[in-house]
Amino acid sequence: MSVKAYRLEALEIVRNIKEGNLSITDVIEEFLERIERVEKKINAFITLRSKDELLQEAKIKDRLLKEGKARGLLFGLPIAIKDNISTRNLRTTCGSKILYNYIPPYDATVVKLLKEEGAIILGKTNMDEFAMGSSTETSFFGPTRNPWDLERVPGGSSGGSAAALASGEAPLALGSDTGGSVRAPASFTATVGLKPTYGLVSRYGLIAYANSLEQIGPMGRTVRDVALLLNVISKHDPYDGTSLKVKRPDYLESISKLYNLHRKVKIAVVKEMFEEGVSREVVAIVGSVVNKLVDEGFIVDEISIPIIKYALPTYYIIAMSEASSNLARYDGVRYGFRANVYGDWNEVFSETRGNGFGKEVKRRIIMGTFALSAGYFDQYYLKALKVRTLIIREFKKAFEKYSILISPTMPTPPFKLGEKIADPLAMYMSDIETVTANIVGIPAISIPAGFTKGKLPVGIQLMANYLKEDLLLTMAAFIEELTGLRNLIAEV
Amino acid sequence: MITEELMDHLAWLARIKLTEDEKREFLRDLNRVLEFFNEIDKVNVEGVEPTTHTALLTNVLRDDVPRKPLPQAEVLYNAPEKENGYFKAPKIL
Repeated sequence: MSVKAYRLEALEIVRNIKEGNLSITDVIEEFLERIERVEKKINAFITLRSKDELLQEAKIKDRLLKEGKARGLLFGLPIAIKDNISTRNLRTTCGSKILYNYIPPYDATVVKLLKEEGAIILGKTNMDEFAMGSSTETSFFGPTRNPWDLERVPGGSSGGSAAALASGEAPLALGSDTGGSVRAPASFTATVGLKPTYGLVSRYGLIAYANSLEQIGPMGRTVRDVALLLNVISKHDPYDGTSLKVKRPDYLESISKLYNLHRKVKIAVVKEMFEEGVSREVVAIVGSVVNKLVDEGFIVDEISIPIIKYALPTYYIIAMSEASSNLARYDGVRYGFRANVYGDWNEVFSETRGNGFGKEVKRRIIMGTFALSAGYFDQYYLKALKVRTLIIREFKKAFEKYSILISPTMPTPPFKLGEKIADPLAMYMSDIETVTANIVGIPAISIPAGFTKGKLPVGIQLMANYLKEDLLLTMAAFIEELTGLRNLIAEV
Repeated sequence: MITEELMDHLAWLARIKLTEDEKREFLRDLNRVLEFFNEIDKVNVEGVEPTTHTALLTNVLRDDVPRKPLPQAEVLYNAPEKENGYFKAPKIL
């Protein structure tokens, strides 16, 4: 074959393997070569499985294929997994010193599902420590760089997964999204990232940051690849108490079925999401995609949801509060790092956590402790939960009239490494467009909208009502065809 | 406002030991974050119920059937210190 396997879409790789045009061993060897060539510059992975182990697995799968025993939607396909998703016998660090040597004794449900469908796990991708960040700079294992411009961040917190896709190190990846952590890096790397409806994908084995907000999300270079991965991971799981018992459609089929009906879809752009703090270039690029939809005969209205301006503080109060509770488990007793000090429980515990957590994690735990503490609980945590109710109400109202809401994914193009890391609030502002979908619990996707004059990626965000991933993916696939921006790989 | 005393108290509640440099840096950062939190003061939430989660469900029940747990060796594998099949913790008293 003339085209390199690492340049193919995931669906194409799977098809070529099935039809015998590509051996799984060849596919794995090509990706290993690509990783060898670019990983030093990108730092997308915290842990890579060894070459021997991967080729061994490929060989076994090639044999199964030959014997006609190949089963699964992802048979032989390499995949990258964010390092806060537990993988049995494969180190899972959450990008933190406190878990630098943690080897999970079990697989997350999504990982189990991937293995059942024949996927080959390449390794674990870099991330902001405990998914707390928007740039992948807070990782204990060093920052990941944006394949489109090595001086810039890939977005975060699933920056390693997105950078692996954009540099051709992996054809498909998993991320997690608490306030935009799948969509932000998708926007910054010209890839596609979906945050599903809360409860659609099992969180069992996802190391918790803020459980009422987060979902594991599929990431790829095309909308259809993302739909393929959603087909695999979207399943009811009795091990996750918030997992939904609903019928899930075949999302790839939905795209082809709904494709011709899409013009009846009512679309709105959310005024507030194009205003304060959003760069002009981003507004212009996302606006030009909206104009293309109008040219295609869609009716696109502008709506105003004023309460959105409170979404960001509401999100951060809830997320930090939940984090302070979730991260109480890191005590240096059962797993992970323990400070080498003598003393009583409190001393060892405090020293372990002071030493094992990075600055941003410590700030968030302390502020979360504050918001939950006696005397401040009503004013901050409880109040934020009430504002959450109001935001949900407004979105439900909007979805009575419109099926798709549009906004930029990120307020700016990718920024430079070091540009915002010293200023926590400047970093939080990057999440202004994405947190609302987590607060409300609705699905949202980021796909490429265009590039700036400086050749930096800009993403467009689509949001839909609860469990409307089928429509969301269909509209995304339609826009993908309008822009022609799909399966993009940076030269690095 | 978060005073130095309050910050020390919060860090103690969270069992996080801060260095002197961190204390200086955090006092400034935390107060800026607090100001940002205070923006929600402006929202009127009278009579509004709080939302703790958005899962489209209420109670989840399952049969009370015992399952095989992880083998002890696997559970202890990651422990920094262990002894005779137990996790070894620092002294409590």
